[in-house]
Amino acid sequence: MVHGDTDAASRRTRRREASRGDASPRRRRKTRPRVTVVGVLGELLITAGVLILLFLFWQLWLNDIIVRNEQNGIAHERSQEWLLNPPTAPDPVETDDGTEVYEPIIREPAADTEIFGVMHIPRFGSDYAADVAGGVTRPGTLDPIGLGHYLNTQSAGEPGNFALAGHRTTYGKPLNQIAELRVGDAIVLQTEDGWYTYRFRTLEYVTPQAVDVLNPIPQSDSADVTDRFITLTACSPMFSAAERIVAYGTFESFTPTAVGPPASLTENLED
Amino acid sequence: MYAALWRALPGPVIVKLIILLVLIAAVLYALFAFVFPWVQTLIPVPDATIDE
Repeated sequence: MVHGDTDAASRRTRRREASRGDASPRRRRKTRPRVTVVGVLGELLITAGVLILLFLFWQLWLNDIIVRNEQNGIAHERSQEWLLNPPTAPDPVETDDGTEVYEPIIREPAADTEIFGVMHIPRFGSDYAADVAGGVTRPGTLDPIGLGHYLNTQSAGEPGNFALAGHRTTYGKPLNQIAELRVGDAIVLQTEDGWYTYRFRTLEYVTPQAVDVLNPIPQSDSADVTDRFITLTACSPMFSAAERIVAYGTFESFTPTAVGPPASLTENLED
Repeated sequence: MYAALWRALPGPVIVKLIILLVLIAAVLYALFAFVFPWVQTLIPVPDATIDE
């Protein structure tokens, strides 16, 4: 029935075209749409467009959710495992005002791709956890693991600069919310030995070549190193490699695993 | 191309539709599980590191 209608319609069209004198003789034989080169080409192009959109949807949304969940779960498990068998805590040191603090245990720097810590940043979510490994190569640490430690910078808790890199988009984007950090936010690295609590101080935007942000005192050539810094680098703006966004923090305290999780992990976040 | 595929599918419209949905699901799975992860290694991703 549909065919009949179409045939009738096309006959009418042909008659009109014939009366105008521009009828195509080839149309007469065409009873149903044939596979044409142009038709197939068109469908291929549409398919290609759909595939590209699907890839973007996968890369920028679906895969990030899957990978971030996966990385979060793995890091959480590691974090829980370390709690089961805590090494003996060092003796606390009494400060001038009578409170007891612990000298941070300084570990040997981890080898390339060796996972040595789990990062907790409550501002990124109360259950946020990301593995931290040595080295900052993309195939070695940043793509498959999460955060990477610049091997030529200091260890956590050591006077100087503990510098890390991580993706802000794609590959699970562990530093996606880096620009949402507020002054005083806790940045807590957990290792087998305990928790190193740093406090976020400031953001900076630099060129990709600004290696001075990795100095023992960031952006300074001074050799008089007594303070302990943490530096996080990620790409900026998002989806671009034009610049780098850098988050700095300063060391606050060390809590041995045997003593229990520090309050900085569960405290209320200021708006 | 797709019209030919539709004609090649056996059975009434509802069966064709079900086969088509299964086919689409299989293609999507292959893309998400194998093709896209491989493509991702070929295209540049913004670097997060400071060049040393």
